[in-house]
Parts: sequence; C-alpha cells; structure tokens
Amino acid sequence: MRGHVPHTEDEIRAMLGAVGVGAVADLFASVPEACRLRGELDLAPGLSEHEVARTLRALADRNAPAGMGLSFLGGGVYDRITPAVVGAVLCRPEFYSAYTPYQPEVSQGTLQVIFEFQTLMARLTGMDAANASLYDGASALAEALLLAGSATRRNKLVLPASLQPAARRVIETYTAGQGYELITVPWNARGEVDAAALADAVDGDTAAVAVQSPNHFGVVEDLAALAPVAKATGALLCVHGELTSLALVEAPGRLGADVVTAEGQTLGLPMSFGGPLLGVIGVNQAHLRRLPGRLAGATADAKGRAGYVLTLQTREQHIRREKATSNICTNQGLMALAATVYLAALGEAGLAELAGGLASRAAYLADRIAALPGYRLPFAGDIYQEFVVQAPVPAADLLATGRERGLHAGLPLGDDFPALGDRSLLVCVSEKHTKADLDRFADFLGSVAP
Amino acid sequence: MSATLFDKSRPGRPGYRLPAGAPPAAPRLDAAKRRRGPVGLPALSELDVMRHFVALSKLNHSIVSGFYPLGSCTMKYNPVLNEELARLPGFAASHPDQCAQTVQGNLELMWRLEEALKAITGFAAATLQPAAGAQGEFVGMRIARRWHEDHGAARREVLIPDSAHGTNPASVVMAGLGVRTVPSDARGLVDLAALAAAVGPDTAAVMLTNPNTLGLFETDILRIAELVHGAGALLYMDGANMNALVGRVRPAELGFDVMHLNLHKTFATPHGGGGPGSGPVAVTAALADYLPGLRVRRDGERFTASRAPRSIGDVHGRHGNFAMLVRALAYILRYGGDGLADISAGAVLNANYLQARLRDLVEVPHDGLCMHEFVASGRPLKKHGVRTLDVAKRLLDFGIHAPTVYFPLIVPEALMIEPTETETKESLDRFVDAMAQIVREAETDPELLRTAPHTTPVGRLDEARAAKELRVVQPPAEG
Amino acid sequence: MSDYPETYRYTRNHEWIAAEGDTARVGITDYAQGELGDIIFVELPAVGAQLKQDEPFASIEAVKSVEEVFAPADGEVIAVNEDLDGAPETVNQSPFSDGWLVEIRLADAGQLDGLMDRDAYLAMVGE
Repeated sequence: MRGHVPHTEDEIRAMLGAVGVGAVADLFASVPEACRLRGELDLAPGLSEHEVARTLRALADRNAPAGMGLSFLGGGVYDRITPAVVGAVLCRPEFYSAYTPYQPEVSQGTLQVIFEFQTLMARLTGMDAANASLYDGASALAEALLLAGSATRRNKLVLPASLQPAARRVIETYTAGQGYELITVPWNARGEVDAAALADAVDGDTAAVAVQSPNHFGVVEDLAALAPVAKATGALLCVHGELTSLALVEAPGRLGADVVTAEGQTLGLPMSFGGPLLGVIGVNQAHLRRLPGRLAGATADAKGRAGYVLTLQTREQHIRREKATSNICTNQGLMALAATVYLAALGEAGLAELAGGLASRAAYLADRIAALPGYRLPFAGDIYQEFVVQAPVPAADLLATGRERGLHAGLPLGDDFPALGDRSLLVCVSEKHTKADLDRFADFLGSVAP
Repeated sequence: MSATLFDKSRPGRPGYRLPAGAPPAAPRLDAAKRRRGPVGLPALSELDVMRHFVALSKLNHSIVSGFYPLGSCTMKYNPVLNEELARLPGFAASHPDQCAQTVQGNLELMWRLEEALKAITGFAAATLQPAAGAQGEFVGMRIARRWHEDHGAARREVLIPDSAHGTNPASVVMAGLGVRTVPSDARGLVDLAALAAAVGPDTAAVMLTNPNTLGLFETDILRIAELVHGAGALLYMDGANMNALVGRVRPAELGFDVMHLNLHKTFATPHGGGGPGSGPVAVTAALADYLPGLRVRRDGERFTASRAPRSIGDVHGRHGNFAMLVRALAYILRYGGDGLADISAGAVLNANYLQARLRDLVEVPHDGLCMHEFVASGRPLKKHGVRTLDVAKRLLDFGIHAPTVYFPLIVPEALMIEPTETETKESLDRFVDAMAQIVREAETDPELLRTAPHTTPVGRLDEARAAKELRVVQPPAEG
Repeated sequence: MSDYPETYRYTRNHEWIAAEGDTARVGITDYAQGELGDIIFVELPAVGAQLKQDEPFASIEAVKSVEEVFAPADGEVIAVNEDLDGAPETVNQSPFSDGWLVEIRLADAGQLDGLMDRDAYLAMVGE
C-alpha cells in the first residue's frame, strides 16, 4: 500500500492475521463478485506532492483573478482586505481538522468561537440570537422563508424584484414542491421596494415578506417605512442584509425584522470563485426553536466550571429526522471562525471606518460617473457600496474593453433584469480602491463613450 | 471557559489599520437610516487576537492532536499541501461573476474534478454545487421528483432503511416528498421482503447508504436495484461511506441512479470544525439534464459553462464550495487510480483489525467482516451501571476522540467506530488498550466512568442546563 | 422512584390519566420520564384543543430526544400546566402530581376502561 496508508508490510501481515484472512483482497469478501470493479479506475497514476502542486498552480495561473487587479465587481461577493491574522488562525489544524463539536469537553475552542460568532451576528443584525452558520446567504434567506412558513402556517412568500438573482434561484429550488406561492413586488423610481405594491401584495395568507437591503441594485431600503406595511397582515419580515453596512445603517432587528439573514463572505472571506461562502441567520426569541442548524449555548460542568455545548439539538435532523427544522448538518464552521477573527481584528472602530470609507467611495464614484457624458444613474435611492450605472454602450463592450486594460468593470444586469437593458452595469467599490483608482475607472468609462 | 473576545476588549485600544484614501465625499445615505449607538464589537490588538484564538485552538481535539474514530465521519488526515493550494491567489481572489475567459483555470479544475468523480463512481455526470452531503441528498430527491413528473406520474414517497442518517428523511421532506421506513433484517441489511412489500407505484425513490451505517455492504444490492427499477422508482445512494469503495466498487454499476459524495469525508478535505464540506451529486445519463449549477464543458482548449436544460434549479448562490473542490482534486491527483484503491483497502483493513481486537471486550452485534467501519454495543457494561456515553467520555481522558455514539438507532448503546486508513497500527493498538482499561474500570470503579472525563479542559457539561437557560449570545456589558 | 398511583389508568405509550367525574388529568409515567432523561421543554396544546385517543397532542424534549405524548382518551383541553414552561424538570421530579400536562373534559369516560391498571402497566415495563 502506498501514500495515505502508513503500514509496513509486516504490520499488514500481522493485522490480516488478527482479522483471520490471508490477503487484503479477502477483506472485501462480502462484496459479491458481480459488484466489483474489474481492473483499475480510469485515472492517471498518483503524483508526488511537488507534481500535484505544479499542476494546480498551473490551473490557478490560467485565471486572471479580479481580486488581483482593479475590480468593480460586487453583487453579493465582495473583494475585501483580509487582515493577515485571519489567515494565520485559519491555518491552525486544531481548528480546520476538527469535526463538529459533538464531544464538548474536547471542543471548547470551536464551541467558544461559535458562541462569539453568534454574539457578533446578533449584535450586528440587532437580533436576539444567531446560529452557528448556514451554507451561504442565498440558502439562509430560503431557510428564513421556510421558517416563516412553518411559524405562520401560511403559504405565500413575497419577494422583491430587486432581490439578488442568486438568492431568488435558491429560494425557488428550496420552496418548490412544498406548496408555496412566490409573489414579486416591483421597485420604484428610487430603486426601492414599491411600498404601495407591497401593501397590495400582502394578505392573510402571506407567510413572509423578504426585503434585501442594500438590495441587488445597491439601494439601501427604508426598512422603518416598509416594516409596518410588510407585517400588516401578520407575515414575518425577513430582512436580507449586508453585514459590513450594519456598522453604518440601523440594524434590521431594531426596525421590525423577525428574521435577518446575510451573506457572511463580506466579512473578509476570500471570494474563492464564490465558495465557501457563509450563511448567517438571526432570529428573535420567539422563533429560536424554529431556527435551522446548529446553536452553541453556555453551561457549566459538575465543578461549576463554565463551558459551551451544542444546544437545542432536538430541532435538528439527527434527532428529529423528518420533522427537523431543516436537513442541514455540515455547515460553514471554518468560515464562521474566519468572520469572527475578522471582526475581532477590525473591531468597532475598524468596521465603522470600513463602512464609512466604502460609502464615501461609492458616493464619490457615483458623482463622477453621473457627470460623464452619456452615463446615467437610473436610481436615486440611498447607496452603500454599489450602484447601477446606465452606460451609453452595451455593458458587454465595457467589460471587454476593461479586460484589455486589466480592469473588471462590474456586473452586467441585463440578463437577469431585462427591464434595465443591456447597458446597465452594477458597479461596486472596495476599501482597496484609492481615489486614483476611482478616477482611473471613471476616466476609463468616459473614454469608451461612443 | 476562557474569557471571550468581548471580555478582553478595551475600548479605545487601537486596532487594524485600513488604507487611507477614501475621497472626502459624504455618503449618499439619509441620516434617518443611520445606525444609532455602537454595534458592540470588541477593541483588541493584533496580539490580543492571535493569543485569543491560539489559546482556544488548544482546547480542541483534532486530527493532528490524536485519534478521531468518529463513525460515518471519515476523519482521515487532511494533507497540508491542499490547504496551501486552495489559498493560491489565482483561485482565492477570483470572483464568481468574472467572465469565463478570465477564469479558465477554475472551469478546467471543475471539469477535471467532475471527470474524476465520474470515473470513480461510474456515473455519466456530476454537479459540484451542493455545499454538503445533506444538500446533495436534497438535490437527489428534487431530481427524482422532477424525473417522475416528466415521466407520467407524480410519485410522492421515498423508502429509507431504519439505519439511515437523519439527514435522509429530513432531505426527503424538504423536497416535498414523504418518508416510509423499511426495517433492517437480522443480518443488519435491508430486509428484502419488507422492501418488496413497500415499494410500489407511489415510490419515487429508495435511499440507501452502502456500505450501510453498520459498516456492512448491502450484498443484495443487485436484486434491490432490480426490485426498485421494476417498480419504476429510482435508487439513490448516500455516499457518506464511499471511502470503503473507491477504486473497488462503482455505485453506478450496482444499479444506483443518483448518489452524493462527501468530499470532506472520502476526499480528505478538512471538516473545519463543522464545515465547509462539499456534496457533489453524480447521476446516470438519463438524469444529467436535471442537475443544478454550472455545467462545464470542454471545447478544445477552452472551457465553457452553461446550465442544464431541465435543471431543478440552484441550491447554492454560486458554484458551491469551490475551495473544497481544489483540495479534492489535489487529493485525487496525488493518489491516482492505483493509490485510491489502496486507500479503501487500508480503511477496510484498519476497521477489521480494530473490530477483531475489540470483539472480546465489547459486543459486536453484527459480527463478521466489516467494511470501513463497524458498530459495537456498550450493552454488556450496563450491568455495572455504565452506559456508552460514559465510555465515550472516558476515552477523552486518553487523548482519543469518542466514536459516534447512540447511532445507528437500531443498535442499543451503539459505538460506531471508523478508524480511517491514515492511522498507524500503533494508534489502533493504543485505542484497544484504552478500551480494555475502560472495560476493567467499569467493573472496578464505575463511578470513575460515570464522572468522566477528568483530564479535559472542562468536565462533563450540563447539557440540560444549556437547553433550559439558552444563553446563546453574550449580553452587552452593563453601563 | 415515584409511586404509581393505584387509581390512575395507564397506556402502552406510557401516559397516565386520572379521572374525577367528567374531567381528567393527563401526564407521563415515571418510567417514561426516566427513559427520556433530563426534560428541557414541554410543548402543550392550547386550552380548547380537542384530543383524540391515541393521537399525539404534546411533545416532550430531552437533551437528545423528543417524544410525542398520545391522548389516553378523547376530550377537550380545559387547562394546561403552565408551570412547566419555566420548570420542565417538574415532569422528571414529580411525574404523577406536579408534573401533570393537561386537564381535559372527557368525551367518553368509558374509554378509560380499555386502559391498563397499575399492575398491568408495571408488568408491561417489567418492574
């Protein structure tokens, strides 16, 4: 045997003897002959560590990663500066090679991190509690809607037309076949949810109203105004937020949200082609027992020493099986650790500085682009880090020209939002951008006007 | 419990410095929408942060600190190279919405991994989008449901053996289908007669784990497949236990129509203290058009991505846990076709060796050759007032993680033991020695077991208190 | 161990019922609470709910398990034990008195004749 198996030939003989078989092949005696693979797998023979590294590096080198150039791509996955301390902690095998903390006495490290993560998420979102993580923001919002369905025993889900398309697709898959009806409310001239249309859309069968803020167009919604409309008929308000923005804008939990979800990648996680991401879900006390996924709680041992355990496990699939609140088991634990270290490193002041800096950069760039001949900002609503631009040329042309000059110009919106047309582009700033970077981008856009 | 981040915070302590350079523009944000009051994040120095998390890490048991024979979890060694490769900026700094021509390396990686998984499972296509095994099961059930709708009948029921993982029934329900449980027989295998009686015109699928959760290969699998297909249903394989089969058995050739793999079990991507995992779903050619996520195609030297025509829709906002795919491909390349077959042999050898050595110490209800894991029962210790939970807790004192306990549900006082192939014989022997001592202690000093563990950072924790008090966040500091 | 009251009637699913006139209290047996272990949460129906014999009407959660409670007889819920909300462990400590679950108005007191008496129940659980 080679590689991953450490035994010497003598050991293998001794072990086979203890089992009472003559050869390794005999261990598979319970597999009927007709079930066995004849011959070897159609895969190349194994490589040395060096050769594997060379092969994978060659693949990595075939990419022109946005984060290594000048990028204005956002739309739910953001190009953040990650403090080096995050990587240093993540590299510790005591964290990454541990399993789910089912034996709490030897998992206090992981459990305390989860408790701290839950606390950070609850504080950011303004909710009573948050769980240990879900797969990504999109599935977190889908789970929130299912939670609302089970809490209200109603079947209509109201979604904004300005919802991130990725989230919309996952919601459609998660709710299919469970008898839910999805209702879409349009945006208004400011790019916000149309409150009058929302009022018309909710009725006594509405389980949940989802509001994304900032929405997919980067527009910060007026949650204080939308909440009473959304909840008028007893539906739960599920707010899908952006976590860094919550250092600057009011927490949804203080504005009437019943469930808050978010994509945690924005907390310094690498973009990594969109995964692993980090699903965040926070709820108020009333819905704690309906929360999907794992939850850590504080307790003590017989000697009174404080410690943490996974708690309320009776909600989960390994105990409640088909009646569980969700099928989720494995979550995004290590990403929750990354987000926790990130927030510990930035702290209150750092996150406020980040959020303020992003909002300033976005405002500056929006002003510059609005002043360019032929360019227009279709929405007048408040913004945080990204906004929609109507270009005088097709967005695809902008992207292609940008590539030639080493920049990623943004996210074209025409395919997902035909009403916006093929000249619409979602432009996102990053804390990496200097004023000169923003000027260079604005100058670039000006240069490709017809 | 160590002090938390919040306890260690000192307001005003200078923290991380972001680049200056934001232009002095006022945010386009109405004052009424601004946050009132602080968030409540800590203020710490970089050294504070480093010390905090390094100290916490030392409270964990992990694969690098000791044996981790957690059944059905495949806690094998995670090669460190793969950690390095997943962090290469070429991968880690790429945005999921970049144009295809700027992420050819990512697309090629996905294509190569799908090809490798097809070769390993014998299936015609695979999606890499599901973020974990449970999500893979959900995808499989959605596919089964859609396939029946496209072929004349909306079938509504899924049959699952009583030894199945809890995710199986939960995933079925999320897919809008109903669960019916099929008993196991005296061998610990699916009861063929019961299955034959249960399968019918409303059966959408039968979900099996093979080897099952007792670590036994379903020897009747070819007949089961005939039975299931004869009734017009699909056969789903929960691939959690695929580490026993790689390079030796291809599930498609057993008659399965669809399966999920756990890259974080079989293909050595780390468990991360609970995730992220990755749960690719592989299917026959007849089901390929239903897969979620991006389908990557090779066109000469170029790789393109598109969506399957009858896709059940996405289950992840992007392309799944991509960084896990990097690690899994690195693992497959490293060991190759020949090495992977050795790995499954090593896993099965280690499990059988442990079973042979433990047979006389504890009860093994379904004795005989096992695959990559086996299930023992702590029932004989009950006469001393010692339960399996006590054995599990006492093992922690030996620097060994407890096996999976009280699962599968069909074995009383179950201890489900999966050593994996990366453990040495010495490591297995130390486990046997520890178990022998614990069995002796059960007779001589049962109280020692009932109050275990004794040498861990904290003693046995009061889980009932945690569930009643529900302190799940730290309240803000007073004043 | 709590004493099993002689006047109560018992079910195969480990519930007890104690009738007084046309009303009755319902709970779970000492054996049942022992099997569950530390009880952390009791979910009870609302007053006014209609119970049907052998159908689940409440659930009891322990740390690692959750069990449904089945109605020993048909009837309307006229009171629930609200003290269990803050102190679910009462079911462990006093299953036959303070740990009662609901009080019902019996629809058919004759249904109780089909249940087990104390000795039959104790024989079933092997005590």
